[in-house]
Amino acid sequence: GGLFSTRARAQAEGLEPNDWEEITQYNNYYEFGTGKDDPARLAGQLTTSPWAIEIDGMVERPGTYDFEDILSEMTIEERIYRFRCVEAWSMVVPWNGFELADLLDMAGVQDGARYVAFETLLRPEEMPGVSRPVLEWPYVEGLRLDEARHPLTIMATGIYGRDIPNQNGAPIRLVVPWKYGFKSIKSIVRITLTDSEPPTSWNKANPREYGFYSNVNPNVDHPRWSQATEREIGGGLFSPRKPTLMFNGYEDEVAALYEGMDLSVNF
Amino acid sequence: MAWRDRVNGWARRIPTWAVYLVYALPAPWFFYLGLTGGLGVEPIEALEHEYGEIALQLLIIGLCITPLRRHAGLNFMKFRRAFGLLAFFYVVLHLSVWAILDVQALSAVWADIVKRPYITVGMAGFLLLLPLALTSNALSVRRLGPRWRKLHRLVYPAVLLGAIHFVMLRKGLQIEPLIYLLVVVALLALRLEVRSIPGFARSRG
Repeated sequence: GGLFSTRARAQAEGLEPNDWEEITQYNNYYEFGTGKDDPARLAGQLTTSPWAIEIDGMVERPGTYDFEDILSEMTIEERIYRFRCVEAWSMVVPWNGFELADLLDMAGVQDGARYVAFETLLRPEEMPGVSRPVLEWPYVEGLRLDEARHPLTIMATGIYGRDIPNQNGAPIRLVVPWKYGFKSIKSIVRITLTDSEPPTSWNKANPREYGFYSNVNPNVDHPRWSQATEREIGGGLFSPRKPTLMFNGYEDEVAALYEGMDLSVNF
Repeated sequence: MAWRDRVNGWARRIPTWAVYLVYALPAPWFFYLGLTGGLGVEPIEALEHEYGEIALQLLIIGLCITPLRRHAGLNFMKFRRAFGLLAFFYVVLHLSVWAILDVQALSAVWADIVKRPYITVGMAGFLLLLPLALTSNALSVRRLGPRWRKLHRLVYPAVLLGAIHFVMLRKGLQIEPLIYLLVVVALLALRLEVRSIPGFARSRG
């Protein structure tokens, strides 16, 4: 519910959402190219309707769930979240969406399930970036089931009350605000419940640099740059860096998920 | 051949200062774009990359001049110093944007140089260019004599380090920096090939 959703909380934390242009013109979506402006230029041709998500694996009701049918069952609410990229820049995004837990309940999670695997659409004729082997396609991500069921974890379908633009992961994407942005997988076509840790794209590409958890952590540097500070998008040429917060500022809510774990090993 | 003579004729007529002028312009232009939103919503990284890429391009142009004369008979030798100095100028701008606008703290700059291999590599390239820039004047050429030529071979490892730096800083293996690296390696290989042919070894630089 609305516990985490209110504008009041965002205001209390001093979160000032980035504007529409900043959020929609500076994107990482390598299926459309590796430049920050490639997705905004090239994602327009992506067909996002009709859309369906295959939900399979360890669920009671496996099958193909039509996007519109899912929406009709869900209550869309606004969540103003910090968004911290592993590249050490950040934004504040006013997402619209619903809790992933509600979607998981729709399919019914079986008892032995412990992880959730996600897959992005792979449609080479509409995705010019996938002709290059920057990553292994399709893009895949994963969460532990308790992370996936956490009330902060949402499936986003909009920004600023408008349909989510293609370059931001239309028509439906994951948002896990305490993890680096690449965990928040875009344009999801498949969700699989499993009992073992699923492979994730950046971890497969470079396990030394990208761990399965990828929680925002100012104390664990990326091998090639510091994660201690970040630059807020929109501050211009003289934008000062600001300190990165543990779990991206959501420590009170999520630290318990990782109790007893060495976060520099499980990075 | 006629076209070759014509190109060489043009090159003779173009004054060196024109090259300095044309290639100096992108520096304030990109800075202006960064200030006014023309470089997108993250202008610091964009400006850093623009300056770095121009520096690498200028270094590559500089490396092309000798093979163009040797293999194609095109003589642009009189521009070589200009391209070298301009490249150094852009490396300094690239470094300044990184240190002042991006990293923003002297301690963090130093930490990055020692801790991050791609920055160590880039910095090593810059240090190799430093003595070349300082001796890019007629007086140094005269004073150093044959040693000048030897010293300025440092540009080979410097450009190679610059290209490797570019490959290393991108997330994942990306095509653009690899193309730069390939071009640099090819241009350096041309030098090796010439040296290994008997009789060429001594006479050419």
